[in-house]
Amino acid sequence: MDWSPLWISIATSVTATVITLFLGLAAAAWREGRKGPAMALVDGVFLLPLVLPPTVVGFLLLLLFGRNGPLGNLFLEFDATIVFSWPATVIAATVVAFPLMYLTARAALEQVEPSLLQAARTLGASEWRVFREVALPLAWPGVLAGTILSFARALGEFGATLMLAGNIPSRTETIPIAIYFAVEANDMAVAATWCLIDIGISLALLAGLYYWTHLQAPQRVRLAGR
Amino acid sequence: MSLEVQIEKKLTDFSLEVSFRAEAEPLSILGASGAGKTMLLRCIAGLEQPDRGRIKLNDRVFFDSESHLNIPARQRRVGLLFQNYALFPHRTVAQNIAFGLEGLPRDERSKKVAALVQRTHLPGLEDRYSRTLSGGEQQRVALARALAIEPEALLLDEPLSALDTHLRSQMEIQLQETFAAYRRPTLLVTHNMEEAYRLGARLLVLSRGREVASGAKERIFHRPPSVEVARLTGCKNISRARAISDHSVEARDWACTLRLTQPTPQSAAQSSAQPTGFVGIRAHHIEFVEANGAAGEENVFPCWLVRSSETPFRITLFLSLQQHSSQSPQPESAQLQAEVYKEKWQRFRDKPFPWHVRLRADSLFWMKE
Repeated sequence: MDWSPLWISIATSVTATVITLFLGLAAAAWREGRKGPAMALVDGVFLLPLVLPPTVVGFLLLLLFGRNGPLGNLFLEFDATIVFSWPATVIAATVVAFPLMYLTARAALEQVEPSLLQAARTLGASEWRVFREVALPLAWPGVLAGTILSFARALGEFGATLMLAGNIPSRTETIPIAIYFAVEANDMAVAATWCLIDIGISLALLAGLYYWTHLQAPQRVRLAGR
Repeated sequence: MSLEVQIEKKLTDFSLEVSFRAEAEPLSILGASGAGKTMLLRCIAGLEQPDRGRIKLNDRVFFDSESHLNIPARQRRVGLLFQNYALFPHRTVAQNIAFGLEGLPRDERSKKVAALVQRTHLPGLEDRYSRTLSGGEQQRVALARALAIEPEALLLDEPLSALDTHLRSQMEIQLQETFAAYRRPTLLVTHNMEEAYRLGARLLVLSRGREVASGAKERIFHRPPSVEVARLTGCKNISRARAISDHSVEARDWACTLRLTQPTPQSAAQSSAQPTGFVGIRAHHIEFVEANGAAGEENVFPCWLVRSSETPFRITLFLSLQQHSSQSPQPESAQLQAEVYKEKWQRFRDKPFPWHVRLRADSLFWMKE
């Protein structure tokens, strides 16, 4: 059996999660404290990948990164094609995982007692230091939960990945795609193996998340209660 | 050294409009909750922006609506003590105090933290987290953290309100020590008149965003200029009054004529109109006198006890200046509240009614609406 889908899936999910963590945090921090109808639209755009069918996301990404798309053109300048390459799996996974990271990071940042941030400001801290040394450490439990959810979502990504990255064995074939094509080829044993592996990883992640938030919960209540 | 504040800010149901100057001594800002006291401190610290006006500390202008100047909080170097202390829960006591000392070299920073720990009586607690500290200890950490940046002004928001009675008096001593050593503009916001009096050298009384009195605390407590200030400073006896001559008034709610040491507006008015206002006396200024001899003297009146309320060392007597026909007078017919030590009360509690009270001419004060 070819184990490459496992390594590709893990490499894709880890890369996508790291990118999502930074993008989601940056977006949540930027959005914090902003109000107005324009922000409702911004939220809508950020959350769309969560509700759209993966095929719609995949189609939009194809338009964007295709040969005639604005970003595809840009990469062509550097002799790079995104479509049907490994980076395409990362892009698809990042886009679908982003809303989960954004939502949880925002909720976690909003939980931080505003007077703590204000106290830091009166003590001379720059906005960056307020974020890095006060807001982020206090929001960390929520941010970590968002990271785990994003990883799980990236690991399970199928539709947009298939449309943007295709199914190139040993290059873009992730576990969900391997399962689909194994079933297509009537190779039930391989499909079942991959299914078990996928269930195993996801279950371990979610159970770990639950166990971990359960352990952290009393401390978080104390922090919030201050 | 001085802090000059002249700002306007629209709040939900009134607007904050204050103008004052604080020198290098503690100024107490007294007001009921919701009078805009906290907002005032937040504007000075730079956490809120006033709609109009100017804030200046020494020679630095923090805010000026005309030149669109608004220096961010981090550049103001103003120490703000939050009502809930706002200690960083993920940092130890020492790390909390050191937060504002980021720019200093490591050994200098720890030297400074150690000095502050000494000064605020926190030794031994350096490595503890705030949630394991008592309210008084948390308060002292917050004070040390604010002092660490050597602020050019110190703002304290209800510093004692979250503490119980015992800790409160301890913390009051700590604050008095701090103020004595600090000697820079210090604003202390409180709704407690005794705290305001004990901790501030001067007093500013706020009501619904407006300044209703300001100046030396002794003068404001001795002669509150208005009914509002009298109530906020704890005056229990206030009657509607009409000035009938330079030094005498008719107290309408008490149905008596009183002589005042303080000149009434009648002396300034010059006209035949009799200005109306209020006359007041503090509960502990009401004197009980022997009937024989004193009766008929100026400002001495017979009185009857309506009800009383005891605290451990003192008793509050609710008195009526008129005898009621029924055997059990209605509590609402009480007109005066007198407060006396129990030892003194023992001496006349069994005497027959009427008792006699003297409202001393120099204890009575005239107030405008």
